[in-house]
Amino acid sequence: MSGPTSTTAASSVPRARPAAPGLLGDLRQVRASVLILFVLLAFNALFTPHFLTLQALNVNLTQVATIIIVAMGMTLVIATGGVDLSVGSLMAISGVLAPLIFLSGAFVQAPTLGLILSFLVPVIVTLGFGVLNGLFVTRLRLQPIVATLVLYIAGRGIAQVITNGQLQSFSNPGFSYLGLGRPLGVPFQVYVMLVVVALTYWVVKRTVFGRNVLATGGNAAAARLSGVPVGRVTVQVYAISGLLAGIAGLIVVAINRSSDANQVGQGMELDAIAAVAVGGTLLSGGRAQVLGTFLGALIIQLIRFTLLTRGVPDAGAMVVKAAVIVAAVALQQRRRRE
Amino acid sequence: MVSHDRSRSARLVSALSQSGVLIALIALLVFGGVRYASLNFLGAYNVVSVLQGTAPYALTALGMCFVIITGGIDLSVGSVVGLSGVVAALLSPYGPGVALLGAVGAGLVVGLVNGLIITRLNIQPFITTLATLLGAHGAALLLSHNAGVTVAPAVVDLGQIKWLSIGIMLGAYVIGAVTLRWARFGRNALAVGGGADASRLMGLNVPRVLMGVYLLSGALAGLAGLLISAQSGAGQPNEGGGWELSAIAAVVVGGTLLTGGVGSVWATLTGSLLLGVILNMLNFENGLGVVSLSPYWQSVIRGGFLLVVVVLQSRAAQGRDP
Repeated sequence: MSGPTSTTAASSVPRARPAAPGLLGDLRQVRASVLILFVLLAFNALFTPHFLTLQALNVNLTQVATIIIVAMGMTLVIATGGVDLSVGSLMAISGVLAPLIFLSGAFVQAPTLGLILSFLVPVIVTLGFGVLNGLFVTRLRLQPIVATLVLYIAGRGIAQVITNGQLQSFSNPGFSYLGLGRPLGVPFQVYVMLVVVALTYWVVKRTVFGRNVLATGGNAAAARLSGVPVGRVTVQVYAISGLLAGIAGLIVVAINRSSDANQVGQGMELDAIAAVAVGGTLLSGGRAQVLGTFLGALIIQLIRFTLLTRGVPDAGAMVVKAAVIVAAVALQQRRRRE
Repeated sequence: MVSHDRSRSARLVSALSQSGVLIALIALLVFGGVRYASLNFLGAYNVVSVLQGTAPYALTALGMCFVIITGGIDLSVGSVVGLSGVVAALLSPYGPGVALLGAVGAGLVVGLVNGLIITRLNIQPFITTLATLLGAHGAALLLSHNAGVTVAPAVVDLGQIKWLSIGIMLGAYVIGAVTLRWARFGRNALAVGGGADASRLMGLNVPRVLMGVYLLSGALAGLAGLLISAQSGAGQPNEGGGWELSAIAAVVVGGTLLTGGVGSVWATLTGSLLLGVILNMLNFENGLGVVSLSPYWQSVIRGGFLLVVVVLQSRAAQGRDP
């Protein structure tokens, strides 16, 4: 059951790990993150009043769910050696499209159809934009930062143009269930998040596509020579990133019961990349620590929560977050070098 | 011999890309000059105000240009603009000189932190400056107590002198161009971007060059923060949000490759002006009153321009260098 490779052995040669080491082996790879998370949980359990309540859990999970969903797509993109700066803007696009659909006059007679379309259409649109990102990278051979910078700039503009920069408020219980529903007392988007994490983990570990993603990021030229459809894989990871950004945008709008093109997804690209980096996925590609990203986002969230409950202002928490990112990445690099 | 070929083709590509952005800018100006002739688009007043408005952006883009030439990236410049704008506003009662020192000093501190983390801890510039982006923004919010800080009148008066902002911008670019072309620092930056390992083997002090570019980028972003505070009359901690990506866009539109080793200071200025003129033309289009475009179109159009110019460049590069 235990993993056949240790982290140190994999470090010298940047390539896809030979076999799926199983969940236990993966947890061992991210044991430092697990440890830090437990320390944070224990500290809060002991010293933060009302920490061990469903409410505190829900507050934290609600705040982190969208970051984790987007960070899963980002993990795949970064595993191919790319990066997706457009996720925040794509969230804004999907976020403003959904209310437009269910508020439009066309679906007064068929509100259910309107509701279904307001979930599907925005996500399909952002998926399409993700494909566009991928084509910029593969067909136009733009560097990923530049390729996704185009939609980072233009995407939010598109969302603002659609709504003319106006806030759209709505009251639609069916749609808001995505953000405010509480099956078994836990916010609905937490289930969405868990499904996305589990699917991403499974894709990376068990599917040919997952192998191809790692191979593409490890060495694109070698992957191409050994028959990996590098171009198609690249387009697919950006498409997945766009799709997940679209879902996250819907969740944010559902929670707020309003969509604001200027605000939805603002700065999300940085939060997602930070979670991936803290999680131990190399920015140079070839690796995808899905569990690491998940834990990285949870750690960043818990540190922020811990500081806020101790009266540290959000600004102070940002400075600490900066230090945590640097420290986490520096520690991982040291361990890899040993 | 191989390296000679490569440098020649690289030079050719960069020349093509540079003329590409210049042609785009001239085309826009001609189009605007004809279409908005009745509104005096090319009149002195508009030209000066576009230049003045572009100055802070252009300064951050100049620092970014040097960083990108070494193959790095500096995501923290936007936050530095906000931070140094706040510092400048807080220090402005003590006089313009103190405000200048404070603003540039704040930028240098962030640049120093960037440089130290990148060279000592060997963390990728993207991650490093992503962290300092958060840290500097947090510091700006803490110093300003999350509210705009009023700038003392003496400094505001200086900020209203249009030629001062423009002069600082042009002066910085002249110095930047000379540095990149002839000074040891500029040549070293190009060498590090061309190949860090080769530069090290040649005896270059790579960490010192990297420290230099991040310090420069921080200082120029600090100067930009001072300018924007002086122009607007307040140091806003949230000022500069997203500027890092506009600066990267200006540099990239100017034909500087993100892979490093190639770059042009003048093309970066042209790229900054191109992005500024697009916004200006949008205002004029609305001034004509034929079609009314919301200001939100500017990001869509800017994104479109970025795509078109970058695609043309990569076409040129692929055509010359298969």
